[in-house]
This record gives sequence, C-alpha cells and structure tokens, in this order.
Amino acid sequence: MITFDDVVKVYPGGGTAVDHLSLELPTGRTTVLVGPSGCGKTTSLRMINRMISPTSGRVLIDGEDVAGRDEALLRRGIGYVIQHAGLFPHRTVLDNVATVPMLLGRTRRQARTDALGLLERVGLAPEFADRYPAQLSGGQQQRVGVARALAADPPIMLMDEPFSAVDPIVRAGLHREFLRLQGDLGKTIAMVTHDIDEAIKLGDVVAIFRQGGVLAQVGTPRELLESPADEFVAEFVGRDRGLRSLSFDTAADLPVRPLAEAPDLVLDEASRPIGWRTGDGIHKIATFTSDDSLRLVTDLAITSPTGIAVRVDEGGKADGIVSHHDLVDHLAGRKKK
Amino acid sequence: MNLSYLFDPAHWSLTADGSIPQLILSHLYYSALALLIGTVIALPIGLWIGHTGRGSFIAINAGNAGRSLPTLGLLMLMVTLLGLGLLPVLIALTMLVIPPVLTSAYAGVRAIDQRVVDAAKGVGMRPRQVLTKVELPLALPVMMSGFRSAALQVVATATVAAAVGLNGLGRLLIDGLAVNDYSRVLAGAIVVAVLAVVLDLVLAFAQRRIVSPGLRERSSR
Amino acid sequence: MTTYLSNNWETVLTALRQHIWLALLPVVVGFVVALPVGYLGVRFPWLYHPLVNTCGVLYSIPSLALFVFLPVVLGTKILSPLNIVVALTIYTVALLARTVADGLRSVDPLVVQSATAMGYRRTRRLVDVELPVALPVILAGLRVATVANISLVSVGALIGVGGLGQLFTRGFQLFYVEPILVGVILSVLLAGAADLVIVLIQRLVTPWTRFQGGAA
Repeated sequence: MITFDDVVKVYPGGGTAVDHLSLELPTGRTTVLVGPSGCGKTTSLRMINRMISPTSGRVLIDGEDVAGRDEALLRRGIGYVIQHAGLFPHRTVLDNVATVPMLLGRTRRQARTDALGLLERVGLAPEFADRYPAQLSGGQQQRVGVARALAADPPIMLMDEPFSAVDPIVRAGLHREFLRLQGDLGKTIAMVTHDIDEAIKLGDVVAIFRQGGVLAQVGTPRELLESPADEFVAEFVGRDRGLRSLSFDTAADLPVRPLAEAPDLVLDEASRPIGWRTGDGIHKIATFTSDDSLRLVTDLAITSPTGIAVRVDEGGKADGIVSHHDLVDHLAGRKKK
Repeated sequence: MNLSYLFDPAHWSLTADGSIPQLILSHLYYSALALLIGTVIALPIGLWIGHTGRGSFIAINAGNAGRSLPTLGLLMLMVTLLGLGLLPVLIALTMLVIPPVLTSAYAGVRAIDQRVVDAAKGVGMRPRQVLTKVELPLALPVMMSGFRSAALQVVATATVAAAVGLNGLGRLLIDGLAVNDYSRVLAGAIVVAVLAVVLDLVLAFAQRRIVSPGLRERSSR
Repeated sequence: MTTYLSNNWETVLTALRQHIWLALLPVVVGFVVALPVGYLGVRFPWLYHPLVNTCGVLYSIPSLALFVFLPVVLGTKILSPLNIVVALTIYTVALLARTVADGLRSVDPLVVQSATAMGYRRTRRLVDVELPVALPVILAGLRVATVANISLVSVGALIGVGGLGQLFTRGFQLFYVEPILVGVILSVLLAGAADLVIVLIQRLVTPWTRFQGGAA
C-alpha cells in the first residue's frame, strides 16, 4: 500500500504543485491519477520513487517513509514506465529488459534468459530480442518499457502517461494487454494519465486532481460517474457520463421478451440468430449475453434496423429479445431504486 | 621571458618598415584577401550543392579533406612550383579557406526545415526572395561557424607563411628564430596569439549580432 | 617522385614514424584529459560556458605561436619535441573537452531519467548509459582532433622537429619539389588512414547508430 500523508510540494518560484494530498493507493490494485495539466499528478507520482521530494508531509510504502530509504535501492524495487519508454538506445531490447536484474546482482546470462520470458509476456516475439530500440515502432518500444519495468518483479509499478504516445488503435490493444497482465500479476500500480476514459477503463481506483494540486475526488470509476463530487469533476468526467456508467451494469437482471414477439428474426436450425429480415434482404445481427454491459445492449438496440436487441445463451442460441422501449423502462426503474 | 622586443617603442612606430603595427596590418590584409576570395568561390558552390542536393559527397567531405592538408607542406609546395611571391602563398591560403566555408554553407542550407521553405513559397515568394529572405538567414548560424573556422585557419597559416616569404607577424617568429633573437620570437608569438583571439571574439560577437535572435540558441561555435 | 622515394627511403620512414607518434600521443593524452574536464562542464552547469570560452580561446592561438611560447612555460629548449606534444595536447583537450560536454548534454534527458528511476547511481549511470550514448558525438570530435593534429605536426619543422615537415623544409631549401610532394601525400594519407580507423572503431563500438536516421 502506498500512502500520501498530507504531502505538499511547493516550488521556489512560488507554484504549488501538490496541495496537502492525503491518499491511499491500495495494494494489488491499479490507482489512476488523472486531471488537467498542472494538477500535480505527475509530481505526486514521482514522489513515490523519490525522483521528487515533498516540501512537507510523507510518502509511505507499506508504512515506511520512502525518505528513510536509500534512493537507488528503493528505485530498484519499483518499476517505472514513462511515455516514449525512455529505452537505452545503445542496448538491445534484451539488454534493456535485463537492466534492473543486473543492477540487483543477477548474472548476465540469467537476467537475459528471464528477459526473454518477459518479452513473450508483453507480447513481443523472440526475434525482437537482439534488435535496437531505433528499429522498433512506438507501440513495440512501449512494450519493451513495460517488460523492463517488470523485470525485477517489483511489487509496485509507476506509470506516467504510458500509452499517450501511440495511436488510438495501438493504444486500445495496449489497454487490453495491460488489463490481462494486471489480472495475472496483481501489482500495486500507480498510473498517471490526462485521459479520463483511459482512467475509467484501467483503474480500480481513480483520483481526480484539480489544477493547483488539489485532490477533487477519489473513488471507483462507477462512483465517479454516478456521483461526481462537484461541477469540476462532473465536467471533467464528461457530459455523457450517464451513458458511460451503463458500462458497469450487466444485462443479468434485464427482463427479455419471448422470441415469438419478433417475427422478422431469422434463425438457423440450431436456433442461432442469422439476421433481421428487412425490405432489402437479410440484415446481419450482433447479439448480447447476460454478462454483457447495459451499454452494449443499448448500443445494439440503437444500431439494429428494428430497434430490437437479441440475447443468446452460452451455446449461441437465441433466448430472448429486448426492444428499446423495454430498455428505457428498465433504466427508469433502476433510477427509482 | 625576454620581452624586450615587445616593449621597445621603436617597434611600435606606425611608419617604420617591419614595425609591429605594419606587420599586423599586412597580416590582416593577406588573411582578409584569402578569406574574401575563398568565400566568394566556396559560398555559392556550397549553397548550390545544398540547395540542389547534387554533389553532396564533395560538400560533406570537403571539410575533412581540407583539414587533412598539411599547411606548411601546401605553402612550400606552391612556392616551389610557382616561385616566391604573393600569388603562390595566396593560392595556398585560399585553398585552406574553401573547404570549411563550402562544407558549412552546405550544412547550413541542409539544416533548414523544409517546411519553412514550403511556407515561404506558399505565401508567394519568388525563388530569389526565398533564397535571400528565408534560406540565407536560416543558414547563417552554421555558415558563420564555418567562416570563423576558416578565419582562424588563415590567420594561423599566414603566420607560418612567413617561412616562404610572406610579410606578416610570422616574420618576427621566423626571422627571430633564424638569428636566435628569442625576444623577437616571443613578441611575434604574443602579438599573433592576441590578434587571433581578438579576431575570434570579434567574429563571435558579429555572429551573435547578425544571426537573428530567434535562431540564437542554435548558433554554436 | 619514385626515384626520390627509393633513394631516401630511410629518411622518409624516420620522418613518418616521428610524425605518427608526435601526432597520436597528444590525441591519446588529450582524450584522457578531456573526458573528465568535459564531464565537469556538465556536472556543474555553471562551468559550461567558462569552459567553452576558455577552450575557444586556446584553440584560436596559432600553432607556431604556441610552439615557441611553450619553452618559456615549460623550461624546455625551443627545439624540443615536447613543445609540439604539449601544444597539440592542449589543442586536443580544447577541442575534445567541449565535444565531450556537448555529447553528454545531447543525451536524451528521458533516457537519463529512466536510468535514475531504475536505480542507477550517478557514476555507474555515467559509465553505463551517458558516455556510451554520447560516444558517436565524441568520436566524431576525435576524428577532427586527430586529423588536425596530423596536419599541425609538420609546422613543427620550423622549429626543427616536424616529422614529415622535415621533408617540406628540405625540399623548400633545395628548391626541389619531390620531397614536398611525398610529404604532402604521406601526410594526407596518414590523416585519411587515421580517420578511417576511428570510423571503423565507431562502427564497432556503437552498433546501434546504424539504425538511427542521421548521425554525426
């Protein structure tokens, strides 16, 4: 667990970067620090590994003040990933990844063998091992950066806008991989981003900062979307937060109508949906299961030519339909609870 | 350290032949001449190569090649081939000015961000205006560096050229060595060193004034 | 020219040998001195500009002037080869210290930051990360210094020590072109060979530069 205990950071020029921050980052979870530029999120992050020292207050890791520990040794136990990866241009990918283990005393051979395994873990083929960073694309470099940060198996990872420098498609892929990796590894992660959507997608806990280094609100993504603490948070989270909060509800308790009420639905012999019969042929269909989010169901209903979404079971057999009227009723009912 | 020659007022008379001020003047005169001719030759060529991209091999390697020429050897070669006199020495000096000016003119043009040139054409400037109003000013920092290099090289070589008869501050050094008048040698060494350092500072100052403030960060020595 | 060569093989070889060590010793010593000096100019940022300016002044002193001035400072005889070696070392340091400082400054700050954040201490970071990355720039400066030194050694012939420069003075005195030509050609070839060697060393020692667009 990482704790900020009334931390203040003021710069000699007069600017307050962090204003009395008290925050707990739970063990084994991803906490995302998000906010506009100048809100102190990166400064706070870098106080965890003592790249910056607080003007007052303490930063604690598992109850121990980081200021009391040897800088270099502290950092060897914390993974650090930044935008543009910051890879060593003069070392091969493999040697980049093997850096911290070697600093910790492992033999070169052992470190490199472990590094190979890590490359695979972050989704890079072994042939990248002997290449130099200049030969890699942005997304590939970022993966190497993550592998390098993971190499010494640190319990804590700090990530500073790790996915900002790549294009949206690559970024979406990296998000998926991140969630998968974190699912496997369960590290304590502190991440900084300026992108609220990324924060909501990746964070177990999200801390929103205001300009001037003030913490505006901290909570789960759902809490932030459903109950923003003030105007600023509501604005920052975005005007469509209502719709986005639907991502957090599943269709499990969404009532469905029998298939008979949708005569234009075409099924195959195994009762799997093929499409909607419309004036100009069969319109292909996408379906949802009861595990999918309400947001997906809403989207399906909107994009369907008939305004109806089709639910299927694990075997892919159609077992119910939902019209957009039903959806609206269901959502209204939710509000009343 | 025998500085008697340096402090003897007779040697500082402005009219006497072979006095220090006279030697300074002729030293500067020959250096300036070689610089002028060399620049007039090398600058257009370097700019043209940079502009068109053709013959870049020459431009890139001219600097290196020029640096590898032994200055004393070049001087003595020219004089032995063409006889004593100003012309052979001038030829040798000019040959030493050309490579740095050429290479830096080329590098200066190459360093220009093409998007700026594009923008200039886009607002309707004619080629000549693009060259004079945009490309030359932008190439100036690098070109000035090359010019400074060349200037120092010429002043130093003009000193050496006294060995093949050139009348400059080197006279004090060479003649002094010949007659074992060490105070004369020292006088020559000190004056020419001061001259060179002052010249470099003046050119550095000029470089800072000529180069637009917006580009200042980039103009390095 | 070939007749001259075959008749004076010994002289030419001796001159060449002297030239090589007169030029290369300062390069080696100068490089070793320039590394810490250049580093200081980066470690203490307020030192950078004074350092650059001092180096600039030293470098602008004409070689012959420095050759004859050093005996005063060093107490050597005018005709001593030590003058040449010390003078050329001064020039090499003046050039390379600045190159080392600029090379280190040119290392991407994000790379340095990454290294610190991973737990590198200052010294090891310098040796493991900053110097290697700055190496291409430094080696480029080394090329310039070496070639310049090879050219400057021959000026020493005017004070009686000059490696290949002796061929120049001999030819000039006798009004005989051959030795001068041989000397010039050998000097240029030597400079070219030294330059090539450094380029090869650079390719060997900094293989990653092959993949970066545009280098020194």
